[in-house]
Amino acid sequence: MDFSSIDPISLIVSLMIAATPILLAGLGELVVEKSGVLNLGVEGMMIIGAIAGFALAVETENPYLGMLAAMGAGAVLALLFGILTQFLLSNQVATGLALTLFGLGLAALLGHSYTGLKPPAVSKLDIGFLTDIPVLGRIVFNHDAVVYFSIFMVIALWWFLNRSRAGLVLRAVGESHDAAHSLGYNVVMIRLAAIMFGGAMAGLGGAYFSLIRVPQWTEGMTAGAGWIALALVVFSSWKPGRLLIGAYLFGGISVLEINLQIVGVGISPAYLKMTPYLVTIIVLVIMSSDRRRASLNAPASLGRSFHASH
Amino acid sequence: MIRLERRKAPSKAMLWLTPLLAVLLTMIFGGILFALLGKDPFAAIHMIFIEPFTDSYSQRQLLIKGGPLILIAVGLSLGFRAGVWNIGAEGQFIMGAIGGGAVGLALYGMPGIWVLPLMTLAGALAGFAWAMIPAFLKVKFNANEILVSLMLVYVAENFLRAMVTGALKNPDGRGFPESRSLAQYASAEMPMLIKSAGLNVGGLVAIGAVVLAYTLLARHRLGYQIKLTGQAPRAARFSGVKPGIIVAATLGISGALAGMAGLFELVGPAGKLTTNFPLGYGFTAIIVAFLGRLNPIGIFLAGILMAATYVGGETVQFALQVPAAAIRVFQGMLLFFLLAVDVLVAYRFVLKKEAK
Repeated sequence: MDFSSIDPISLIVSLMIAATPILLAGLGELVVEKSGVLNLGVEGMMIIGAIAGFALAVETENPYLGMLAAMGAGAVLALLFGILTQFLLSNQVATGLALTLFGLGLAALLGHSYTGLKPPAVSKLDIGFLTDIPVLGRIVFNHDAVVYFSIFMVIALWWFLNRSRAGLVLRAVGESHDAAHSLGYNVVMIRLAAIMFGGAMAGLGGAYFSLIRVPQWTEGMTAGAGWIALALVVFSSWKPGRLLIGAYLFGGISVLEINLQIVGVGISPAYLKMTPYLVTIIVLVIMSSDRRRASLNAPASLGRSFHASH
Repeated sequence: MIRLERRKAPSKAMLWLTPLLAVLLTMIFGGILFALLGKDPFAAIHMIFIEPFTDSYSQRQLLIKGGPLILIAVGLSLGFRAGVWNIGAEGQFIMGAIGGGAVGLALYGMPGIWVLPLMTLAGALAGFAWAMIPAFLKVKFNANEILVSLMLVYVAENFLRAMVTGALKNPDGRGFPESRSLAQYASAEMPMLIKSAGLNVGGLVAIGAVVLAYTLLARHRLGYQIKLTGQAPRAARFSGVKPGIIVAATLGISGALAGMAGLFELVGPAGKLTTNFPLGYGFTAIIVAFLGRLNPIGIFLAGILMAATYVGGETVQFALQVPAAAIRVFQGMLLFFLLAVDVLVAYRFVLKKEAK
């Protein structure tokens, strides 16, 4: 066993890369849940984003167009969920599951001819002297644009939810849709907008897998990341800042797991691969066990259908 | 302007018509999908929805493929009725196959008619135990059972990988990641009861589960409590139903049934444990449960129909050169349409002029 081959700086760098897709998807779902909607289709929207982004990036040889396409595809799939749950008042749990099953199938079908291809590379930030600063340079000034975007979104969403009027309206809809409705707000439209935002973010998160983290297309490549993002939202108590911490924690665990595999700790890699999922369960248990604290910040109307009777 | 109006009582007719409507919509949009893929949509629809019921080989496959789906879906439906969402049946299916398979592999070569029953029991217990993890964490720590049961699917998949490369690896297998072949172990072979109908022991158990679930829901106290918890959780609590018992019972039953289904799949079609053993039946069963309206008899019919899409899907795959994933899109679409037309049960569309 030789742990000296694990370089702490590249560990932190790859931790940030591993965390970015679940951070993006988690931020999207956080907004959706704040509006009072539970969309369990994150995994489906991510995998659709992964293939849509990959396909368009390969065809146009421009990764950023691919990312835009991924956001669009995620939003369109989310819109399906929105129409079903908001207009046709379907059960949100079942519809979210349907979205995941449908998304996984559709992505596999669309991706059939893209297996084994290489996507165009995404450039990393490189500001000469800043990037060359020892230790800090590589951690702070040497990432792709999406990593910075995800951190920017943490701050932007914090501001939106806590400091803007639109954010207040969104939270009101999530706390009590009846009260928001009587105040004259269009509950359905606000929720649809939130759902589509969530889809776009999940789509981008998916594209991050296929374009940057892996980078290639394989069937089912998101491997439960969408579900981990859902658990992260619970972990974060619906707060963007905590979501960032949670995502980086998970990023750290999955990177460590890969590194331990490379070093070879004498444990079957199959057992090491279980760790992110087991940690998710442990975190869920810890966060949920105090019922009062767990429900303190949860949107009161989460998961309930809204039908204006007049 | 068209708007929704709540019906005074849910429509009984729509309750049974909507699944048919969903199938029809899936045929239409699925046809469009095949046309977009450049395949003859009419041939594809015929192969998926008609041929499995007319061709004699396919007919036999319906019960063989439908058996595990029905078995799992019946269990899931109990939980879904009570608002307990076991999404991890796939994991319980895998653990059932590993648990039951381990018993069979330990006894490998030993004759006895008690071998298969013992394996089945072990499979059911393994599935039960795996489902009790989310149940315990839900009751004790209020942890969301959807996320926990789903995470355990990934854990189970990796555990399977660890087993077929480790403890359960075929010692004479030249290093391939697979177990010994249970198909060559006569005492572990699943007996075929009626060959012409494709009815094996697994199919019979599935039919038994349908009957038992029907009796449970219609006649038994626990069945009543499950229904009450789903429809009026507060009323259920006031009348003395313990939510924890409902969570444990529904998850436990569905886990045991999924575990048994996994074992039957292992001693039937699969024959041995490999990393390709999981086929997603645990997830497809969710569609079956909803398509069957969470009603045991409905689930039986839905399971047969879903089996037809698998059997027909294979035909289409070879005959029309369509990727295997196309059939999964088809199944996902079916659930989508079902949930969309579901609105007709409790609501009706009315044409109203805007009141000024």
